Amino acid sequence: MINILEVEETNRMVSDENLDVRTITIGISLFDCMDSNLDKLNENIYNKITTVAKDLVATGEKIEKEFGIPIVHKRISVTPIAMIGAAACHSPKDYVSIAKTLDKAAKKVGVNFLGGYSAIVSKGMTTQDRYLIESIPEALSSTEFVCSSINVGSTKTGINMDAVRLLGQVVKDTALATKDEESIGCAKLVVFCNAPDDNPFMAGAFHGVSEADAIINVGVSGPGVVKTALSQVRGESFEVLCETIKKTAFKITRVGQAVAKEASRMLHIPFGIIDLSLAPTPAIGDSVADILEEIGLEKAGAPGTTAALALLNDQVKKGGIMASSYVGGLSGAFIPVSEDQGMIDSVEAGALTIEKLEAMTCVCSVGLDMIAIPGDTKATTISGIIADEMAIGMVNQKTTAVRLIPVIGKGTGDTVQFGGLLGYAPIMPVNQFDCQDFVNRKGRIPAPIHSFKN
Amino acid sequence: MESKNRTIISVVGKDAVGIIAKVCTYLSEHKANVLDISQTILDGFFTMMMIVDTSSADQSFGDIQKGLADIGKDIGVDVRCQKEEIFEMMHRI
Repeated sequence: MINILEVEETNRMVSDENLDVRTITIGISLFDCMDSNLDKLNENIYNKITTVAKDLVATGEKIEKEFGIPIVHKRISVTPIAMIGAAACHSPKDYVSIAKTLDKAAKKVGVNFLGGYSAIVSKGMTTQDRYLIESIPEALSSTEFVCSSINVGSTKTGINMDAVRLLGQVVKDTALATKDEESIGCAKLVVFCNAPDDNPFMAGAFHGVSEADAIINVGVSGPGVVKTALSQVRGESFEVLCETIKKTAFKITRVGQAVAKEASRMLHIPFGIIDLSLAPTPAIGDSVADILEEIGLEKAGAPGTTAALALLNDQVKKGGIMASSYVGGLSGAFIPVSEDQGMIDSVEAGALTIEKLEAMTCVCSVGLDMIAIPGDTKATTISGIIADEMAIGMVNQKTTAVRLIPVIGKGTGDTVQFGGLLGYAPIMPVNQFDCQDFVNRKGRIPAPIHSFKN
Repeated sequence: MESKNRTIISVVGKDAVGIIAKVCTYLSEHKANVLDISQTILDGFFTMMMIVDTSSADQSFGDIQKGLADIGKDIGVDVRCQKEEIFEMMHRI
C-alpha cells in the first residue's frame, strides 16, 4: 500500500520541482480528407480535426485534476500537409489556405499548437513539396498556432542539399515576414534529419505516414526533479550518479505512462508512445543546464559538457524505457537555448557557443534549438549550419534538428524576448566565414556507409 | 483493479485542532469509506494521508475534491485529493 512518504515525494516534485507532463498530443491522419478540390479539402480537414480532438482539452484538464499532475500542453499533430494537399494545391498560396484552416481548427478545439505543416523531402522534392516549403513564410506569419517541420535528410537517403539551400532562404524569409514580432515565425519552423513519425513535441511534431488513424503520444518532462535528486548525491561516484538519474527518470516516465493510458481510455484513441525527453522551460529550476552544473560543471559549455550530457541522456533513457510500454518520439535531453534559464546564463557568461551546442547535439536530442542569431546572417550561412547539423544526424543514425531565429534588426550582444514558454535569448555570434560555394552546389549528399565505423 | 476507485487524500499544513475530524465528517456525509489513515510531522508540517474508497460516494470525484479543498482553506491547510493510481504507477514496479 502507498505510504505517506511516497505521497509527499510525488506532491513535492509537482509543487517544488516543476514536475509536469509537458504535452498530450493527438496525432491525426488526414489521408481520408484528401480531395482535388481545395475548398472541399479544407472543409474535410477542419471537420476531421475538430471532431477527433474535440474533447482533448477537457480530458487533459480532467486528468490533471484526478492525478494532481499539471499537463502543460494539449496539442495536435497531423499528416504532413505537403502530401495531403498534393492533389489540390497548385501554388504556395493554395497551401497557405490549408495553414489557415489548420489554425482555425486549432483555435476551435483550444490547443496551443498544431504541428504537421510539413514535408518529407529527405531524398527529393515534388513540385508540391516545393510549394509547401515556399509557402512557409506566409503560412507562419498569417497563422498563430501552426507549426512547420521539414525533413531534409536521413541515414538511409543522405541529405537533400537542394532542400537545405531552399530552407536557408525560407528561414530568412520567415524571419522577415514576422520581423515585427522578433522574427517569432522561425520558432515554429524546424528542419530535421531522421525525423520521427511519432514525436509529440512542437514545433517538430507531425503524424507520420506509418501511423494509425489517430493516436495519443505523451511527452514527459522534469529536469527540476532530476536536478533535485542529484543535489542529494553531490561528490558521489559515477555509479551513484547514474543510478540516481535512472531511478528519477523511471518515476517521471511512469507519470507520463499513467496520463497517456488514462487519456487513451477517456478519448477512445489508442496510446502511441511516451517521449522520454527532459524538456526544460524558462522557469527557474526547470533547466537541463542546471543538471549539467549539478553533475559538476561550472557552467553548461565548460569542458566535460558533452560527456556529462551523454551520460545524462543515456541514463534518462535507461530509466525511462522500463517505465513505459512504448517509447518513441525524440526521447532525449532537449537543449533549447531560449527555453532554459541555465543555458541563457551560460551564453551570457560566454561559456556556451553555437559550436559547443553543435557538439552537444551529437549525444542528445535534438539539435540546435531556439538559438537566436544576428538578423543579417546570410541565407547560405544558415543553410551551412543546417547542413552541419543534418550531417551529425545522418552519420550518427539519430534525429537532429535546427530551429534558428535570425532576429531581424538585432545583432550579437542584443537580447530578444519571445515571451511565455519560448523565453528570451541573447543573440549568439555566428562564424563569419563564407560557405556559399558549398551550399550552392546542386543535388544531394549521398547516404553514408554503414560499416567501418570510426 | 481495486485501486481504480481509491483516492489518496493528503493534508499538509500547520497543525490545528479538528483537521482529521472535519475531513472525516465530510467523507462520511458523502458516503466515502476511509480505509487507512496515517500522519506524521515532516519538516515541521503536519502531514496526513488517507486512503479512501469513493466507489459508493454520492458526489463525483471533482466535487469531493472541491469540497475538501474548501475545508482545507477554512482551517488553513492544503488538502489534495488524487487517484491512488498515480502513486502506484510512480512508486511500484
